[in-house]
Amino acid sequence: MITIIDYGLGNLGSIKNMLVRSGIKCAVSGDPDVIRSATRLILPGVGHFKFAMDTLHERGLVTLIQQRVREAGVPLLGICLGGQLIGRHSEEGDVAGLDLVPMDVVAFDRARLTQGEKVPHMGWTVTPHADIPLFASVQQPARYYYVHSFHFRCDDAHDEIAWAEHGYRFASGVRHGNVIGVQFHPEKSHVYGQQLLRNFAAMDFSA
Amino acid sequence: MKRIRVIPILLLAQSGMVKTERFAKPRYLGDPINAVKIFNEKRADELVLLDIEATAKGRIEFDWISDIVSEAFMPIGYGGGISSVEQAAELFKRGVEKIVVNTAAVENPNLISEIAARYGNQAVVASIDVKKNFWKKNRVYTRNGRKEAVADPVTLARACRDAGAGEIILTSIDREGTFGGYDTALLETVASAVDVPVVANGGAGSVDDFKRAVTDGKCSAVAASSMFVFAKKGEGMLISYPSESELQEQFWLRL
Repeated sequence: MITIIDYGLGNLGSIKNMLVRSGIKCAVSGDPDVIRSATRLILPGVGHFKFAMDTLHERGLVTLIQQRVREAGVPLLGICLGGQLIGRHSEEGDVAGLDLVPMDVVAFDRARLTQGEKVPHMGWTVTPHADIPLFASVQQPARYYYVHSFHFRCDDAHDEIAWAEHGYRFASGVRHGNVIGVQFHPEKSHVYGQQLLRNFAAMDFSA
Repeated sequence: MKRIRVIPILLLAQSGMVKTERFAKPRYLGDPINAVKIFNEKRADELVLLDIEATAKGRIEFDWISDIVSEAFMPIGYGGGISSVEQAAELFKRGVEKIVVNTAAVENPNLISEIAARYGNQAVVASIDVKKNFWKKNRVYTRNGRKEAVADPVTLARACRDAGAGEIILTSIDREGTFGGYDTALLETVASAVDVPVVANGGAGSVDDFKRAVTDGKCSAVAASSMFVFAKKGEGMLISYPSESELQEQFWLRL
């Protein structure tokens, strides 16, 4: 069963709505026992990076998530802030993340934005992606809904699986082993996001 | 090509969906869930639900909002009667992404800061309703256009932005429901005064009006209501939303 990790931040209702609509069984829980028994995890999140990490620490979820993902090999999908939290470090609050993917989270470089482009980057953006099972059967051109002021910066370009452009091109999807992060909101991105979530639920991560 | 968001605003009242003209004469249009289903099929960019009776009645219809939101796989903003962070928290839990404050933006500006501090700036939208007064000066009105506030739109927009609002929906009460086009002068005054996205609202009658809201009004997104629920001014109800190719050809590629 997929467990959506509830740590008090984020649009849990929307993610659950989309999974239920897609016929995917899921639980929403912050209970360590439920999270421990999950076969797949979704880490949502909206808000401030440091506040989110502090909350995960307070609830004893940092070590638990790291252990399930690293040792038990449980696949995890981080969405929006949840996608950033899987990184090593963020400029937002200057704190360490869950360190599951070799990447940092950096602020939009305002100097590289063109006139009229504002931060946060908010809206629908056409998102080219790697030809991988996560994006199988997603209608083209795939577009997703974004709201963010910080973005991923991967150490290794091979971990990048999707890209968007706002002032400049940045990675908006990452995959490192059994961990996936997306900057956009699949749960709020019509059929494009629905297909992605279906794929995440069905994907074979052992390969 | 830059995609500019096109946002239907649905007005809730009388336990259903209504449409007003200049904030008056609410016309009952039926069940909002049907409308939301159609906007979902048409892959609308975003939806805003405004309960125009909530402040006067002093209540938020949480369960009803949950039912509506569960049909919408796009970002949803909700406004109407929000006066505390707890109410905002409840709305987020039910699948709303953006909290829209209007009366509270004037009467309780701390609310914007409190929601923004906890959920981020992107989660708070200040909705500013503007009407020209007797001396043709733009004045802000609250309480669903009933109460003139001691503020001009630019001052209030700046204050909302400083308090933490990530976005501003700017509505011309004089144009609302008229199909006569946006008040682009008003839009431009506010959009050039703040560095957060301003969403044009009030008066759209065609995709061409969207274009003017961006080129002349300097807005970052456009919203409309009557245009998406009526076939034409004075005609029957018809839920519609421009197709991707229509928006490309008549809007985004012409910017």
